Amino acid sequence: MAIRTQPVTVNLGPQHPSTHGVFRMRVMFDGEEIVDVEPIFGYLHRGSEKLAEERTYTQIVTLTDRMDYVSSMLNNQAYILAVEKLAGIEPVPRGVWLRMIASELQRVASHLVATGFLLQDLGALGTPLIYAMRERENILDMFEMLCGARITNSYLRPGGVFMDAPDEFWPALDRGLDDIIQTIDELEEYLSGNELVFSRTKGTAVITPEQLINASITGPMLRASGVDWDLRHRAPYDYYDRITFERKLHTASDNYARYWVRVQEVRESVKIIRQCVEQIEPGPVRPSFDDVPRLIRPPAGDAYVAIEGSKGELGFYLVSDGGIAPYRMHVRASSLINLTLLRDMLIGGQFGDLFVTFGSVDLNMGEVDR
Amino acid sequence: MGQAFLDNSLWRNIYCVLAGDSTSCAARDYSPGLLPAGMEWLAFTLAAVAIIALFVNGILGGVILLIWGERRLFGRFQSRTGPNRWGPFGLLTSVADAVKTMYKEDLVPAEADRILFNLAPILISVPALLVFSVIPIGAGTYVADLNVGVLFIMAITSLTTLAVLTAAWSSANRIAILSALRSVALLISYEIPMALALVGVIMLAGSMSLGDIVQAQGIPFILVQPLGFFVFFLAAMAEMARAPFDLTEAESELAAGYLNDYASMKFGLFFLAEFMAEISTAAIVTTLFLSGWKGFEPIPSQFWFAAKVIAVLFVIIWFRMTLPRLRVDQVLKFAWKGLFELTLINIVVTAILIAIWPQPTTAELWAMAAINWPVAIISIWGVSKLLGTPDYEKPFPESTNPVYPVDSGSIPASSVLNADSSAVVESGGDQ
Amino acid sequence: MTTVWSGSALAEAIEAFAPGSVESSAGSDVWVKPESISVVCEGLKTRPEFRFDLLSSLTAVDYIDHFEVVYHLTSLPMNASAVVKSRVGFGRIDPSIASVVPVWRGADYQEREVWDLMGIRFAGHPNHKRIMLWEGFPGHPLRKDYVTYDQSIASGASEATTLSDGGD
Repeated sequence: MAIRTQPVTVNLGPQHPSTHGVFRMRVMFDGEEIVDVEPIFGYLHRGSEKLAEERTYTQIVTLTDRMDYVSSMLNNQAYILAVEKLAGIEPVPRGVWLRMIASELQRVASHLVATGFLLQDLGALGTPLIYAMRERENILDMFEMLCGARITNSYLRPGGVFMDAPDEFWPALDRGLDDIIQTIDELEEYLSGNELVFSRTKGTAVITPEQLINASITGPMLRASGVDWDLRHRAPYDYYDRITFERKLHTASDNYARYWVRVQEVRESVKIIRQCVEQIEPGPVRPSFDDVPRLIRPPAGDAYVAIEGSKGELGFYLVSDGGIAPYRMHVRASSLINLTLLRDMLIGGQFGDLFVTFGSVDLNMGEVDR
Repeated sequence: MGQAFLDNSLWRNIYCVLAGDSTSCAARDYSPGLLPAGMEWLAFTLAAVAIIALFVNGILGGVILLIWGERRLFGRFQSRTGPNRWGPFGLLTSVADAVKTMYKEDLVPAEADRILFNLAPILISVPALLVFSVIPIGAGTYVADLNVGVLFIMAITSLTTLAVLTAAWSSANRIAILSALRSVALLISYEIPMALALVGVIMLAGSMSLGDIVQAQGIPFILVQPLGFFVFFLAAMAEMARAPFDLTEAESELAAGYLNDYASMKFGLFFLAEFMAEISTAAIVTTLFLSGWKGFEPIPSQFWFAAKVIAVLFVIIWFRMTLPRLRVDQVLKFAWKGLFELTLINIVVTAILIAIWPQPTTAELWAMAAINWPVAIISIWGVSKLLGTPDYEKPFPESTNPVYPVDSGSIPASSVLNADSSAVVESGGDQ
Repeated sequence: MTTVWSGSALAEAIEAFAPGSVESSAGSDVWVKPESISVVCEGLKTRPEFRFDLLSSLTAVDYIDHFEVVYHLTSLPMNASAVVKSRVGFGRIDPSIASVVPVWRGADYQEREVWDLMGIRFAGHPNHKRIMLWEGFPGHPLRKDYVTYDQSIASGASEATTLSDGGD
């Protein structure tokens, strides 16, 4: 005789240790199997896009810090590139190199956080997370040297960065890059010999590249499905056309592949930073105020610039009416769009895989809700 | 019952001092006793109360130390210091935590079944304490030496799941229910390999009394019964829901599972019971496989026992610190398809060896160990091959065909806005 | 380097398979009539000369007298990008446009966000609900005529609301 059962609906979040912020999922379980998932968010909505309409172009840099707060430098970069395109500002070389170094360091930090939290969601009780966070701490220290802030940097300005790196930054950077490689080796050792990690991540939440592209998902998730699409290579911004790096691809498109791609990208980012350090030349770090005034008044029009963020394509769409504040600012938030396929990835899976998949998607509620 | 108590030298000493009874304690002259003659019944009771108080408080003190030690070790594993502020080396951190827990508001959910909700913390702490009654923590230092001690432990430890189920059901919380169901599934699956793993030990010792089992260990049974130890240790980890089997609490999935709605000292009791279970597991493993309190003189047997328990606890904490959690289906698969087979192999091999050497001497135990270790290594290797995650069929990232063609077409130059820059397509960022 | 379609060339190419759907073009932008957006997007995605398989961004701008829905498209096979725009809701009366979720799944949350914050309806959206704000929130905050809570207190109004087409 079959036992009559019925699915149970459970609210996970917004207060939950593994939702990476205030995120809520209404999940329907049949035993341990997931029948339906409905992501609900907006708990961190601060109306950044509306706030931007009342601030000058330079002031908005601080707003972008607070969107994806684990990759502030990348947000700064995307926004500044949009402003430069809108206002036709020519950046100065040293400023560009510095902001490339800063944004690649930030990408490393963001991937380390993603990797650490994925292992935390696997149930590894903090140890790998702390190892990853320890390395991120070094990067934040470097940011402190660069601009005095650790998380909400606001380091970039239209045309470059707001101050030059101090002398002690360069040896610290050199040492830090070695440490990062060492930590990544450690993490990979932890991963490559760990049957528990394999059994939890391999073959779970598989999604095809066609689905990913149709859902506008780019970044490490797309590369983990075998599609060679990296905006740093396909549409080089800043000086990425003077840098050589590999795009690491995996074909499995499961949780393990996404993890693997992130870890490899950290190695590539370190290579990129080393090349930037080699090619950087002395000079001013931002244009003089004669070239770029404090109050920028771009001509009426619009501009959309996308960069390869840590979580996917990070785009800023700015509309100007000729005033000192943008008429409209829109952020193409990769975290929000990466959530599109969450339901497809989870349905039919086990409860235990729910937060692992969630961690492997790598999202930041500050960016989802803005 | 009286006879079981009288075997206990610790109890007997207290009794003799109180009653002045020199016939029970022949070692030295106890007369006159502290109590007048004719009050033997009071001495009997007082001695019993004293030894219970000693055990319970000893265990609770051990829990406090364990929590501190675990947190310090966590700190070391995670390259940080751990608690070091309150008392020397932070030893009083757990005491402060306990005081804080007691002063918290005792919340009961409106939907909760109050009677069961209040009963559950008691239900979980009683069996956790009872387990210690049969464990000999030193030569002649135990509360009772039951002749079915192993069975008693198996029966008592499974009561924990009943308490978990009660707690989850009465708090009317769906996440708690999920956690309790996992707990029951774990119990049903792991009780069988756990019991079967002990069959080898019982066969070797020829007794179910823990005292006899310790006496029988000419060499520690971990050497003679590697498979039994392996299975029992993992099954015990699963039974007390420790990482990597901590499915019932599963902090990153179920938040705290069945503990979700408990606050104040009710939560404190669950917390205590959890750590008591950790100590009792270590104590059982020590007794059954690490030759219990045995060691060489002049270090007292109690210290030997404590040292071995601490060593086992260290391994348990090490596991918890390094390994991620398994999924429910994988945990159950591991029990039924992995551990179950291993125990059967162990029983068959041990039965054959016992048939050859019915009353094994120490030399014969070494011979058994020499046969058992290769068997254990081969069978564990075989099972791990059977249950392991297969590697990807196609190695990465060398995929000959692009999964999704990128850059495979071109648009006419007349349609392009930035026609001049399109000429540098190939140079941009390529290797 | 990503090649960018010029507006005039794209308009011509769209006209070739969907006659009468283009309003105007300038620079890199093409303005498509809102009623033919489904046909145009379907064609842009599937036809071999475009193959815009990735919807980079979907957003909307409030130009006071009308709203403009902006689609940024990317073609992975061609490494090309294009901008398609559509003017809706002239006179601020019930701005509405066909949903492109059947074409690109990626439009799902972005259209919900536009509806939530800008108040443009997407006909045929499978889950047409607010996304950031709660159901019953008065008005759509990114509209230029949205009165914030502070402003409503300063002006003595009892409740924050938009001047036109408030709520849902």
